[in-house]
Amino acid sequence: MPSLLKTKSFRDNAAQVGFVGGLILLVLLFTLTARTNLEAQGLTSGFGFLERSTGWRVSFSLIEFDTSDTYMKVIWVGILNSLFLGAISLSLATILGTAIGVMRVSGNKMAELIGTTYVEIFRNLPLLLQVFFWYAILTSLPQPREAVNIAEVAFLSSRGIYMPGLNVTGLSVFFCAITLICCFSLWLWIKTARQFRAMAPERKILISRLIWLGWLAAAVILLAYGRVPETPLASIPYLRGLNFRDGIRISPELLACIIAISVYGGAYIGEIVRAGFNAVPKGQGEAGHALGLSNWQTFTRIRLPLAIRAVLPTLINQYVWLFKSTTIGIAVGFVDFFFVISTSISQAGQTLELIAILMGGFLVINYTLAWVLNRVNDAIKLKGTQLRT
Amino acid sequence: MAKTYAKPGILEQLRADYFSNKLDAAMTLVFGTLVIWVVWNLLGWGIIHAVWTQENREMCGHGGDGACWAVIDARWRLILFGLYPFEEQWRSAIACIAIITVGILSCVPAFWHGKKLAALWITGFAIYYVLMRGGVFGLSEVSVQDWGGLSLTIFVFAAVTLLGMPTAIIFALLRRSDLPWISRTMGLIIDSIRSLPLLSIMFTFAVVLPFVLPSWLPTEKLYLVVIGYALFFACYQAEIIRGGMQALSAGQEEAAKALGMSYWQRISYIVLPQAFRNALPPTINQLVITFKETSLVVIIGFFEVLASGNAAYGNSDWNFAHIEVYSFVGLIYFIFVFSLSRYGAYLERRLAVATR
Repeated sequence: MPSLLKTKSFRDNAAQVGFVGGLILLVLLFTLTARTNLEAQGLTSGFGFLERSTGWRVSFSLIEFDTSDTYMKVIWVGILNSLFLGAISLSLATILGTAIGVMRVSGNKMAELIGTTYVEIFRNLPLLLQVFFWYAILTSLPQPREAVNIAEVAFLSSRGIYMPGLNVTGLSVFFCAITLICCFSLWLWIKTARQFRAMAPERKILISRLIWLGWLAAAVILLAYGRVPETPLASIPYLRGLNFRDGIRISPELLACIIAISVYGGAYIGEIVRAGFNAVPKGQGEAGHALGLSNWQTFTRIRLPLAIRAVLPTLINQYVWLFKSTTIGIAVGFVDFFFVISTSISQAGQTLELIAILMGGFLVINYTLAWVLNRVNDAIKLKGTQLRT
Repeated sequence: MAKTYAKPGILEQLRADYFSNKLDAAMTLVFGTLVIWVVWNLLGWGIIHAVWTQENREMCGHGGDGACWAVIDARWRLILFGLYPFEEQWRSAIACIAIITVGILSCVPAFWHGKKLAALWITGFAIYYVLMRGGVFGLSEVSVQDWGGLSLTIFVFAAVTLLGMPTAIIFALLRRSDLPWISRTMGLIIDSIRSLPLLSIMFTFAVVLPFVLPSWLPTEKLYLVVIGYALFFACYQAEIIRGGMQALSAGQEEAAKALGMSYWQRISYIVLPQAFRNALPPTINQLVITFKETSLVVIIGFFEVLASGNAAYGNSDWNFAHIEVYSFVGLIYFIFVFSLSRYGAYLERRLAVATR
């Protein structure tokens, strides 16, 4: 026996079995205690409650939702809202961050000063504080009756921002956006891909025009199809009684989250973009100038593409991290995934099942996001001999 | 002999920095106007037209165009100490100062030894706990639910870091273990926890753990949330430490093996010190993020400095003064976070000198 303990392979195997077995035992112990505790309180477990109707309303939903709808549907509403908030905030944060990053490497001292101040302020304050701050400002705007009036079509009030919109269903707007993304990708592919390099420039221009015309036609058809019957096409908000009617309302909760996450994320992305530009060797830009390219051409054709490739892996982590921070919406009452789950827990009482759904949902969303972005990274990263520095 | 150039004069330097070409000059003018406008308005609002003391509070708010710092004058004790009993707030202040002092002392290189640091932090936490909790030495007892304000924020941060750092080291060592089952299981756990939002982890620990823990274990909500946060921190920090270890050349460990050092000797004398040096910038960054995200305990229902800020303007006397209160709370966070990141920059310079 002592000789057995001295063999390395036996000790290794024992350690592995002990580690994994210990973890499994811990999980088993938790499950058993949970079962006895639940039975003591007379609660049933299982996912049957998902079919029950909720009996409560949500304040913001992209799809139709009513009190008689099921828990399954309310969770779906939450996931869609989270994705919606994430998509808008991440795009705005990227635009803002790129602008700040470019300002900080522009060589103009005044622009650098602004960029640095912005980053130092917004990166060093907690996101939650910023959400509370914007929410307090938005809800202290004047009442609807005294709302700030922008050219009679848009209004800023404490109930939210009212903007003109179209009387069409959300679904057709969604499909319009999808076709727009498809057309844009197609256009980008034809413009940049290697196999189209031999094509004559005139034909390329013709094809890209056709693509855009096609999108326009598709959009018109989709909007006409999705039009709400017996209403004018444009929907302009107007004051009726104590509140506004028609138009698109952006609630203070949603807007506070969007502003805070974009501004906070913009500060982080700005730093990443700056690091990307600093990673591009100076000689690359100088070589561009030596070839007679203008400042703008050197920037858009040489420095920017190289910088994007240099920072994409860091940026992917940042996106996943920022998406996780959308859970902050619960602090001001925005109906996101986490909000829906925590309300369901207090209403239906199925704590363990709902937490499992929450965890599973975030794992799936974040792994998918990281996977898609990593594929993009693989597709555009520098390959082979280009990698020389 | 090296060629020497004449140093450019101030005017030339200004011209190169701000007006090197037309575009540059236009940018300077536009951004310069913006900066002057913002600074002018901020000065006017925050200092020139501001109301400073609560005696003049009638001048505040209603139509006034300056900041109403009177709210801070009136409510600063609520913001800093939360719901802690009013007569006992000196204890909260001293406890806070004790932890901050320990934190500052452990930034001094003279204290960078395992035993010294451990002794320092155990003393600091003991002082903090005795003062905050009371019940001994004639101090009245205050329950954990009444802890609040800045001292709660600092407690959560310090406890998370102290629990999380050793856990992170263990996680990192398990993750790079030669035994496939151990490293893969650990990798799975780390990756899963990293892809979850911190808020959901805190929530799970506060809500679910009382269900699944055997009843003989203590289930104080604050401690559960801190443990959950520490686990989350450890998973991020473990990846950072692992990155630092990977940057070490394999020869270091092989040389230690050749000298006959045992596993623990290799890890504690050769690998970890160098790994920490390599991983210093991301570690400081992680600490900064951790400090900021302690604010999330508000959502779980604790009364830390941000929540007490909400309460400070949440009554009819001061309900217009949200910007002032959030600026004050923001300033508190900013001071901590900014000094932490400046310290990180100092350490980087210091270590760069050491390796040169």
